[in-house]
Amino acid sequence: MSVSTTSTASGSRAPGALLGGPVPGPPPRSTPPAPSPLVRPAPPAASRTTRHTLSVLVEDKPGVLARVAALFSRRGFNIESLAVGPTEHPAVSRMTIVVAVEDLPLEQVTKQLNKLINVLKIVELDPDASVQRELLLIKVKADQAVRSHVLETVQLFRAKVVDVAADAVTVEATGTREKLAALVRVLEPYGIREMVQSGMVALSRGSRSMTGAERLRPAAPRPADS
Amino acid sequence: MPETLTGAQALVRSLESVGAEVVFGIPGGAILPAYDPLFDSTALRHILVRHEQGGGHAAEGYAQATGRVGVCMATSGPGATNLVTPIADAYMDSVPIVAITGQVPSASIGTDAFQEADIVGITMPITKHNFLVQSVDDIARTIAEAFHLAGTGRPGPVLVDIPKDILQAHGAFAWPPVLDLPGYHPNTRPHAKQVREAARLIASAQRPVLYVGGGVLKARAAAELRVLAELTGIPVVTTLMARGAFPDSHPQHLGMPGMHGTVSAVTALQKSDLLICLGARFDDRVTGKLSSFAPGAAVIHADIDPAEIGKNRTADVPIVGDCRETIADLVQAVQELYADGVRADLTGWWKQVDSWRETYPLGFEEPPDGSLAPQHVIRRIGEISGPETVVASGVGQHQMWASQFISYEHPYTWLNSGGAGTMGYAVPAAMGAKVGRPDATVWAIDGDGCFQMTNQELTTCAIEGIPIKVAVINNGNLGMVRQWQTLFYEGRYSQTNLQSRTQKAQRIPDFVKLAEAMGCVGLRCEKAEDVDATIEAAMAVDDLPVVVDFIVGQDAMVWPMVPAGTSNDEILAARDTRPVWGEDDV
Repeated sequence: MSVSTTSTASGSRAPGALLGGPVPGPPPRSTPPAPSPLVRPAPPAASRTTRHTLSVLVEDKPGVLARVAALFSRRGFNIESLAVGPTEHPAVSRMTIVVAVEDLPLEQVTKQLNKLINVLKIVELDPDASVQRELLLIKVKADQAVRSHVLETVQLFRAKVVDVAADAVTVEATGTREKLAALVRVLEPYGIREMVQSGMVALSRGSRSMTGAERLRPAAPRPADS
Repeated sequence: MPETLTGAQALVRSLESVGAEVVFGIPGGAILPAYDPLFDSTALRHILVRHEQGGGHAAEGYAQATGRVGVCMATSGPGATNLVTPIADAYMDSVPIVAITGQVPSASIGTDAFQEADIVGITMPITKHNFLVQSVDDIARTIAEAFHLAGTGRPGPVLVDIPKDILQAHGAFAWPPVLDLPGYHPNTRPHAKQVREAARLIASAQRPVLYVGGGVLKARAAAELRVLAELTGIPVVTTLMARGAFPDSHPQHLGMPGMHGTVSAVTALQKSDLLICLGARFDDRVTGKLSSFAPGAAVIHADIDPAEIGKNRTADVPIVGDCRETIADLVQAVQELYADGVRADLTGWWKQVDSWRETYPLGFEEPPDGSLAPQHVIRRIGEISGPETVVASGVGQHQMWASQFISYEHPYTWLNSGGAGTMGYAVPAAMGAKVGRPDATVWAIDGDGCFQMTNQELTTCAIEGIPIKVAVINNGNLGMVRQWQTLFYEGRYSQTNLQSRTQKAQRIPDFVKLAEAMGCVGLRCEKAEDVDATIEAAMAVDDLPVVVDFIVGQDAMVWPMVPAGTSNDEILAARDTRPVWGEDDV
């Protein structure tokens, strides 16, 4: 199984009322009670929207991608990119999900994901402590006159040509989102015939592994409850 | 040594082995193979409902009244999609049910075959989990997993979709199967450090409130709750889903919070300095405008579902765990603090709370037009039938009055559709409850709008010998919508009058005749002086379902009320009557 998508947009959260409609707006009346001495002070800055990379281990079962994608759309969260593929465990797939949310909704995303029965483990990967890569295939106009210039650019980006036609070359590149964006920018003047880009995949740096945990083993046999 | 069974036989054997007693269902093409071995089963009672939605709600009523997992069954396509509403309802209210649906044969899936619907896809966002069985050998394990998932952790609906060819195939059957749920680990044990921190806040808070939700009932923790409440002397409020978790007659009980809660319950939460939230979820119907809800309160939030904690309101002390274990641990931790002399004096707080309770008790006015007051009818049903009675309600005004004017003394005596607000819940849920608790008196309190959505299950009740009692609070209108039109749409009653074209004294339908046509006893009551006698006449019938058509006034309104989207500080005790607080009030 290997699927990857980008930009699964979904609607924003709309608080629903049993019965919507206008409501009277009387002026505020009673004085608010004194704040409780038991309450902790509110955190100074409101949470900010940032891009988060979630690595999600899931059981390799039919419909698991649909469950994850549906959860994001149902709860009103936007997926920037999603890539899924096999792992070293035959029954386990790994999804890399890039999501742009504030810190507090991110906690909701991970908690809701954790409730999916087929989700085994979720780790947020810190960009500074992980390797993050996307794959780009891009078909650029390149006739005899400019082909050498295009090839030079490809060299500079340590990309490679994987197909050549009389008037075009197809280039394969991997790298961070920023590097690939830079490559596209530089190739653009030659004329881009078409391109495709994968979702991000990522692994943490160092020797630790998120798939080695004991939770991946099947749960101990339990008698069925009635 | 495993036996060889057909998938259909394996399904029935699995249901028997997992402890199911009752299946509410309707056969059809794709599920047909399962009905053949079901015909022979003595351990499983199948109740042939008249609509799959009724079967689903009956499974819910059975589950909510008994605490056991309810089971409903339907065929593919429209049979399955008719289960969508009760499944969504069970999801919102965390009701443990297993829905079994037939599916077109494996080879036809995806071809738009006759009566094909992707019910697994359709119910993905409204089930705790669902399965499409792909092999006859998976049936036993899948049924065991479905019951385990539905009934443990935060309960909820689980759907099992089985293609027809898999029901017909032969495979090895062994019980018990080994569950394969590596991603499912509900955390029931509360963290000791969090419990100690919570106890410290409980012992030192000046204005604490126990905010009790349906999770306490799901965890079967009513006894533990009472110990904690009486140990601490803290005021208790029970949400719509938790009515009965704490006796209404208990002096510490302030009633229900929220949009139609008591003034004392709503106000105590607003003025509180510590909310001890047990198995509740800060629903918008409780909090009103969230940003102004209980602005001065610290929050202890105990729930078995970590995703509920911090979802709507930040928790100062989050506790993930089963409510029964959590409350038991809290009792111990609080006792230790009290022994060390750490204990706040709540006398002043109780003085305030009592003054709100005495000044703004629940009540209603007799309708000026001399019509029968619906609140009076509902109150008398509760008083005459007694606290052991199980009450199932529909959704709307009658639901709020049934939650307000009946005194719930025991857990599992109040069943309703809280989160989803499903009109039509009452009759089939009452049927399921009566099947699960045949010795209890079961009343459905329904509106005339709700009743017309699912009353065909009274036929099921009559034929299957399920003698429920139904009070139709008949105001001829979609009453709650009408109330909003009165309050917020200048009395423009667009499409809320269910009797708009009928002549005076004509009734369409005539609920008494309808009841009789369905094999039930039909009674009617139009005057206050006849209410008691009519209820007693209904109570006297114990072998047939009874429908009582209570003709009530159409202008009665549910009070108190917090208008939607506004702060709970804006609560109206009655129309144009806003409680007045003294300046010394907190």
